[in-house]
Amino acid sequence: MAEATQMKVSDKVAITIDGMNKWYGSFHVLRDIDLTVYQGERIVICGPSGSGKSTLIRCINALEEHQQGKIEVDGTVLSSDLKNIDKIRSEVGMCFQHFNLFPHLTILENCTLAPIWVRKTPKKEAEETAMHFLEKVKIPEQADKYPGQLSGGQQQRVAIARSLCMKPRIMLFDEPTSALDPEMIKEVLDTMISLAEEGMTMLCVTHEMGFARQVANRVIFMDQGQIVEQNEPEEFFNNPKSDRTQLFLSQILGH
Amino acid sequence: MSDTSNTVAFVRTETIPQMPPPAAETGAIKWMRENLFASIPNAILTLVSAYVIYSILAGVLPWIFNGVWNAQTLAECREILDGTSGACFAVLTERWPQLVFGLSYPASEYWRPSLAFVLLFFAAAPVMFFDLPRKMLIITLFYPFITYWLLWGGTVLIPILAFAGFVAGYLVYQRFVAGSFAAGFFGGVIAAMIVWYIGGFLIPDGANQNAMLRPVASRDMGGFMLNMMLGVTCVSLSIPIGIVLALGRQSSMPLIKWICVVFIEFIRGVPLITLLFVASVMLAYFFPPESSVDLFLRVVIMITMFSAAYIAEVIRGGLAALPKGQYEAADSLGLDYAQAMRLIILPQALKISIPGIVNIAVGLFKDTTLVSVISMFDIVGMIRGPILSSTDWNGVYWELLGFAALLFFVTCYGISQYSQWLERRLATDHR
Repeated sequence: MAEATQMKVSDKVAITIDGMNKWYGSFHVLRDIDLTVYQGERIVICGPSGSGKSTLIRCINALEEHQQGKIEVDGTVLSSDLKNIDKIRSEVGMCFQHFNLFPHLTILENCTLAPIWVRKTPKKEAEETAMHFLEKVKIPEQADKYPGQLSGGQQQRVAIARSLCMKPRIMLFDEPTSALDPEMIKEVLDTMISLAEEGMTMLCVTHEMGFARQVANRVIFMDQGQIVEQNEPEEFFNNPKSDRTQLFLSQILGH
Repeated sequence: MSDTSNTVAFVRTETIPQMPPPAAETGAIKWMRENLFASIPNAILTLVSAYVIYSILAGVLPWIFNGVWNAQTLAECREILDGTSGACFAVLTERWPQLVFGLSYPASEYWRPSLAFVLLFFAAAPVMFFDLPRKMLIITLFYPFITYWLLWGGTVLIPILAFAGFVAGYLVYQRFVAGSFAAGFFGGVIAAMIVWYIGGFLIPDGANQNAMLRPVASRDMGGFMLNMMLGVTCVSLSIPIGIVLALGRQSSMPLIKWICVVFIEFIRGVPLITLLFVASVMLAYFFPPESSVDLFLRVVIMITMFSAAYIAEVIRGGLAALPKGQYEAADSLGLDYAQAMRLIILPQALKISIPGIVNIAVGLFKDTTLVSVISMFDIVGMIRGPILSSTDWNGVYWELLGFAALLFFVTCYGISQYSQWLERRLATDHR
């Protein structure tokens, strides 16, 4: 498995982050972030709360502004130009901790909205694509319901399908399982694993270390706004180098 | 003692079937005992309330049913009643056209506002009930122009010119909006202005005199018709303006934001009566000396500004109630600002704001009676002025004001019922 996944990682660059710094007011949240993500790579970002991991991936699709440094996504440099931002956002899918489905639209409408309005796909074609991805996340029968009628796990899978309908080249996951009951975490992780097996470039902020071991080809540990350690999952979990990483791992794996 | 209490282990093998509730828990007598005579104080309150309701009805009902519907003057009415208690509804029948259309709307033209009133239902229906076919919106689109022509009469060229201006503005907007919203918007406004300016010269001078519909001046309009005209116009104008103000107040562009904040705070801080006096007396100073802006239009501008400021604040509350995640989800899918607002944010924010908006709409509709203070003869103005001061009907307060109250109550209660239906219809969050 590990070898097979290694094979798919190309040497083409998907995301480059170069000397990025970000402040909230005078608080320095992200410090000198350098990160290169290759196409097909699956990166898990972990770290204690407040370490800036969510902020980091939210900078990639410009939900947060960065003040210094360069972010380049799929050849497009992220600047304050709204056209560039919208282009990057339509290429980068994102899943949130609280799903953020649109409660006034049905599941199908949630999935077809962006393709119809941003990509200008004809409605019929968008609906076919949406049904395809809803089948892929295994809830085609819920298409006509509203998000409020679904369980948390189902909602998160719809959120994944909604992002996939835009045919993104990169997927960002911001703690996708943190708001879910234990029974529902597995169904969401299974969806993410099948996505990974198809070679999607993924950046996941998560505390699911089993998922990291199984799927990731790189694990990044952040603390106090810096990348403290990054390594392949085997090395990272079995042989962490920094003291901070060792402490973190002992705390989350210790029970 | 069952044997389950002796041991800890217990396994249920079959589900207990559902049973109907005991017979004593249902029925009308049960309901009365629980709700009307639950305890001694409760029973006393019930009896006292029943007595109060009885005395009110015993006084009012004979007065209503004994009412006189046919008489020419109050004196004649009293003669018919001959000392018994009874209402003099004859004033309503005798002065009906004045109550509805005002003092000097030509009687031969009453069919025009009546037709406009009937058409109003067809124009409002597709906006209010969105299950109706969308093609009906065409009626809504043409309704303002048709109604203008019906009510004011005169040459048909004016509403056609107004419509042409809007079409030109829309076409220019469509052409440029892809570049930037501001270019589209201001381009559209300028195009409409140009069409109206040029068109103004094209309308021949005597067009109003030999027009198909006899022209009627604004000052000749009155009665409940005037309240309806003001209410419908101002509500339908102030909701879109309120939305724009609410979005503007949230804008990240400081200039736009401050214009909206100053406008809203200023208008909210001034009584409507003051604004109406400004409209009737002082607004003329703001227009070029030779132009005479119609009093009706000036009042519409003031009431619209007033209620738009309030509606903006209600909608701002709705916007603030939306979780930040909705904005982020819309952004992360690549929707631009206009799309995110139109498709994601506003539908939800407006849904939350429905009770507040309806509250303001109902208040606005009732406030249209304030124009009687600046000597416009709306229904209250008609009652206070021409009818009560006439020698024939001097002193019939209850019947006239009760009728006005009833008209407003029926309309406002209808609006309120509609809004409750709308809330139920839009409830998709299944909380």
